[in-house]
Amino acid sequence: MTAQKNLASSIEDPINNVFTSEQKIAALRDMLRIRRFEQQSFKLYQQEKIGGFLHLYVGQESVAVAAVGLMSGADEMITAYRDHGHALAVGMSMEECMAELFGKATGCSKGKGGSMHFFAPDKHYWGGHGIVAGQVPLGLGLAFALKYKKIPGCALCFLGDGAVNQGVFSESLNLASLWDLPLVFIIENNGYSMGTSLERSSSIEGSLAERAVGFKMEREKINGNNFYELRAKLHNVMERARHQCKPSLLEITTYRYYGHSIADANHKKYRSAEEIHEYQKNHDPIMLWEEQLLKEGVITPSTMESLDQAAKEEVAAAILFAEASPWPEPASIFSDIYSEVDVGSDAAKRGTYFFSDTRL
Amino acid sequence: MPLIDYKTALNQAFAEELTRDETVFLMGEEVAEYDGAYKVTKGLWERFGSRRIIDTPISEAAFLGLGVGAAMMGLRPIIELMFWSFAYVGFDQIINNAGCIRYMSGGLINVPMVIRGPANGGTSVGATHSHTPENFLANTPGLKVVAPATPYDAKGLMISSIRDNDTVCFMENTLLYGHRGEVPEGSYTIPLGVADLKREGTDVSFIAYGRALLTALEAAQTLQAEHGISVEVVDLRSLRPLDEEAILNSVSKTHRVLLIDENKPFCGISAQIAAIIAEKAFDQLDAPVLRVTALDAPAIYSAPLEKLQLPNTQRIIAKALTLF
Repeated sequence: MTAQKNLASSIEDPINNVFTSEQKIAALRDMLRIRRFEQQSFKLYQQEKIGGFLHLYVGQESVAVAAVGLMSGADEMITAYRDHGHALAVGMSMEECMAELFGKATGCSKGKGGSMHFFAPDKHYWGGHGIVAGQVPLGLGLAFALKYKKIPGCALCFLGDGAVNQGVFSESLNLASLWDLPLVFIIENNGYSMGTSLERSSSIEGSLAERAVGFKMEREKINGNNFYELRAKLHNVMERARHQCKPSLLEITTYRYYGHSIADANHKKYRSAEEIHEYQKNHDPIMLWEEQLLKEGVITPSTMESLDQAAKEEVAAAILFAEASPWPEPASIFSDIYSEVDVGSDAAKRGTYFFSDTRL
Repeated sequence: MPLIDYKTALNQAFAEELTRDETVFLMGEEVAEYDGAYKVTKGLWERFGSRRIIDTPISEAAFLGLGVGAAMMGLRPIIELMFWSFAYVGFDQIINNAGCIRYMSGGLINVPMVIRGPANGGTSVGATHSHTPENFLANTPGLKVVAPATPYDAKGLMISSIRDNDTVCFMENTLLYGHRGEVPEGSYTIPLGVADLKREGTDVSFIAYGRALLTALEAAQTLQAEHGISVEVVDLRSLRPLDEEAILNSVSKTHRVLLIDENKPFCGISAQIAAIIAEKAFDQLDAPVLRVTALDAPAIYSAPLEKLQLPNTQRIIAKALTLF
């Protein structure tokens, strides 16, 4: 089956019938924005403007964009450390994200979180978490809170294929199913948990989603490069979560073009250049979506060019913003630790909270 | 004032807050239908139902993390650990998530959660069930840690902890659950970060918290009766935030200090307090800062030896006498 046929296979699904041309173009725009943001971040990292770890989402853009496109105002979302794509998809600005990568005061976390820790609770985005699978039970908590408050939404909990072998993942599958929580676990399987391939890290029966079987949970494997299929299948499980309070486990196959993080100097050793090239040539989610929209007559070749140009300009402006932004004040080291201290509540008036010198 | 035990005082605090605030729920192993492994939550499930009082499977990492996620969304979870020793399988959730999310989000997210349960040795259950991780927890900026010794303090501090907008680690003690004391009916709060002078004295200051506070008070009585030494006993109650002022005031008054806790000595709570005194009250001291802590070995099973391992009145008195 060719990629084109693949993409067309879910086109008649009801959720895709109501997918307007504007929304289709917006999805393409968002994927392009993520890609250009990540590619520039890569360069900035090499120029030592960005420190620490940098886990890029290039190759996986369709997953976050499709999922966010289906979120209602009542849905919540959380992910791991490869979090820039999700952040931009939910509507965080490139400026605040880039400034955070630079460690500047104008960053989304005021320079206190860095690449792996982007948050936007006002956009229902709960991070951005650095420890593999550490966010998974937090996803349980989001779903629990929705149900507790009787809000008819669902929680989307993203994780990588490496996270499925952490104990807390299995604990969380059990609790979600046992308590009928409105939760969708989304494994973004990019094939590698850092430098260890899926084959070398996971004992599975066909699909990672099969891990749901023992927990009496619905499961599905989705081709992450097929935007229509993503939407159709995600929509179904999100509706099941919202209206029946039933969790699901999804494996979405995808691929990352760069290393686990930029510091992953070995990423061309544990996989071949041909493998990367084959993916880029035949399975790239942006390329496939662009071809599909051209075929549908939703865009013209010039649309693509102008969207790409706009994305590049937006990233360039974000970099200027980050460059021009101030470093955080030294005194800010001691804020945002205890809410009571920050607001100066009665509870904070007595007692010592910090045990080093705080005068800087 | 009614005389009730420590666990009933806690139970009253939960009932008060569950009644007052719909966002409060209580979750843990055996907390509902079983009435709690130590009966601290007795009757709550019958009164508040399965939505608010929730039995969990044995999955500490998952339900601690669930608490963090629910707290981020504005609920106020009370998460019971059957033993604080079991926190070690969920440490990532406590330290990385409850402890760091507010900071890493630049203050966008609060985690108003109480994690509670007993953290003590002295019950012949061996090392794995006898840990006192208050020092590990207090070593994490972002977490608050309280360790009340009396039923009165337990109730007032629990109500404050549930209303607190940060995560509070509440250290209880199975050996204190049956201790009785005067506790007012109804709701009252004790602020975090405020120590309590449990006994006034002039010759030496004992600084303690939790069950060690009761041992310290007993030793203080004997020292007065048998040696004519007037001991001041400061109950920290709250470890982070810490009432440094109360510690320094007492040291400035007596000029001698003995730190007493059931924590291990290496980087334990008493080590931090010793450092504070050395830094801020050095000139006030007429003798070195001494400590009586748990003996520095894993908690031993054998009952007579375990009694030796934890601070007892004999060790406290002997150590105190060396200060003069």
